[in-house]
Amino acid sequence: MSFLTSLVNGLSLGSIYAIIALGYTMVYGIAKMLNFAHGDFIMVGCYIIFTFVSTLKIGAVPGILVAIVLCTVLGVATERIAYRPLRHAASPLAVLITAIGVSYLLENAALLIFGADTKSFTSVIGWTGIDLFGGQLHIQGVTIITILASVVILVVLQAFIHRTRNGQAMLAVAQDQGAAILMGIDVNKTISLTFAIGSGLAAVAGALLCSAYPSLTPYTGAMPGIKAFVAAVLGGIGSIPGAMIGGLVLGIIEIFARTYISSQLSDAIVFGILVIVLLVKPAGLLGKITQEKV
Amino acid sequence: MAELEVKNLSVYYGVIQALKGISFEVNKGEIVALIGANGAGKTTTLHTISGLIHPKAGEILYNGTDITKVPGNRIVSMGIAQVPEGRRVFSDLTVEQNLRMGAFTRRDSKEIDDTLEQVYQRFPRLKERQRQIAGTLSGGEQQMLAMGRALMSHPSIILMDEPSMGLSPILVDEIFSIIEQVHSEGTTVLLVEQNARKALSIADRAYVLETGTISMEGKAQDLLNNDEIQKAYLGE
Repeated sequence: MSFLTSLVNGLSLGSIYAIIALGYTMVYGIAKMLNFAHGDFIMVGCYIIFTFVSTLKIGAVPGILVAIVLCTVLGVATERIAYRPLRHAASPLAVLITAIGVSYLLENAALLIFGADTKSFTSVIGWTGIDLFGGQLHIQGVTIITILASVVILVVLQAFIHRTRNGQAMLAVAQDQGAAILMGIDVNKTISLTFAIGSGLAAVAGALLCSAYPSLTPYTGAMPGIKAFVAAVLGGIGSIPGAMIGGLVLGIIEIFARTYISSQLSDAIVFGILVIVLLVKPAGLLGKITQEKV
Repeated sequence: MAELEVKNLSVYYGVIQALKGISFEVNKGEIVALIGANGAGKTTTLHTISGLIHPKAGEILYNGTDITKVPGNRIVSMGIAQVPEGRRVFSDLTVEQNLRMGAFTRRDSKEIDDTLEQVYQRFPRLKERQRQIAGTLSGGEQQMLAMGRALMSHPSIILMDEPSMGLSPILVDEIFSIIEQVHSEGTTVLLVEQNARKALSIADRAYVLETGTISMEGKAQDLLNNDEIQKAYLGE
């Protein structure tokens, strides 16, 4: 049963990575930048929920809703204030370094407001889960909800992109900003919307992450953020199904490495696999090599 | 009143001045050609009209309205469409998705479907390939797709940037006859071309652009017979 338990836990962790990776990959695909502060949006979402549940004692559902709204606003505002003015900067490194700066800013702001001590996060999911095979396999409620949430998010996101006007605008901006403008598409609005969706998803990922791993510090989002970035690259950055597959693969590898090899080495194994995949398929599993046209 | 009037337009790329105060006009129902060598500022002119770049000085009037500061994404719904240099089709999308992207600013899906049908009638080859990914089309087909996509917005004036680029002579003839057809159905055309002979042969009037200034203008027929033009642009 330990194999099945690990598989289910891997799927669950992978689903969280996938939801985070979706934000990374959409922002990269459409705005052509890596938002290294994305992981910290997760942490912000977690602290908002923590405040609603443990400090104000208002409850998890309003907490999650407020976290989604505030993270969305935070994402859009960050893009507007910090990233947009640098979009046409001489070096693409300018915006990358700014993103790292935003990451430190958020972590230190959280440190200032909430302190460095680890907060114990109360799971937002009350359901204890189900027992299978006469009690030999127990699957926690949070695990099931996490996997379901990622599937629902993927399906809704794909439908949004392929069936709505705003989704079409995203496809056009992702491929050619100039041509998109010639079609009458508002590039700024489209990029804002992309940040809104990505940051809202970060809040959802935060709720699920902290419910499964209930210790919250200002650095809670950093590592999952990096791993989700790895997942997005593994799947092919810019590709939405790629982010999903990359996230699941990464989560499963991590849990199996932890269970069967060594919990200390699991991260080394995860990043090692990234290196191998990129050597064999430089654009990631579902990515395409884009050639500069002359 | 001219449909499109450009007055003293100056555009800079950093410190380099690409357009040095050019003025020209396009009247309703005309085909006007803008000819000139590589780097003369032809594409810059079209990009400025479409709002992709913003001029340092000068004005662009469309039916008398100043559109110089209108953001690029609002230009197309005013009735000005562009077929950009190098086609710039959305290469990962299908032919039909590309065409529908051209109608992005329009809301009435019935009207969009009607226009799509008209575009397919004009370009039967696009209809045959409606589910094909645009990046896999040939150069000529991509040019047709870019033209069809521009027509999907129902423009009153269409700006064409080097439609003959990289095409075989037979395809160039085909593309130019389509431009004439589109024009004969009431669309004004501003045509940018390096292929001066071809452009002058279908245009009413033309302007010659040389390193950011207009060096000559006149009826297309007169320019075709002009000695200087023949030496510099027609290779005679």
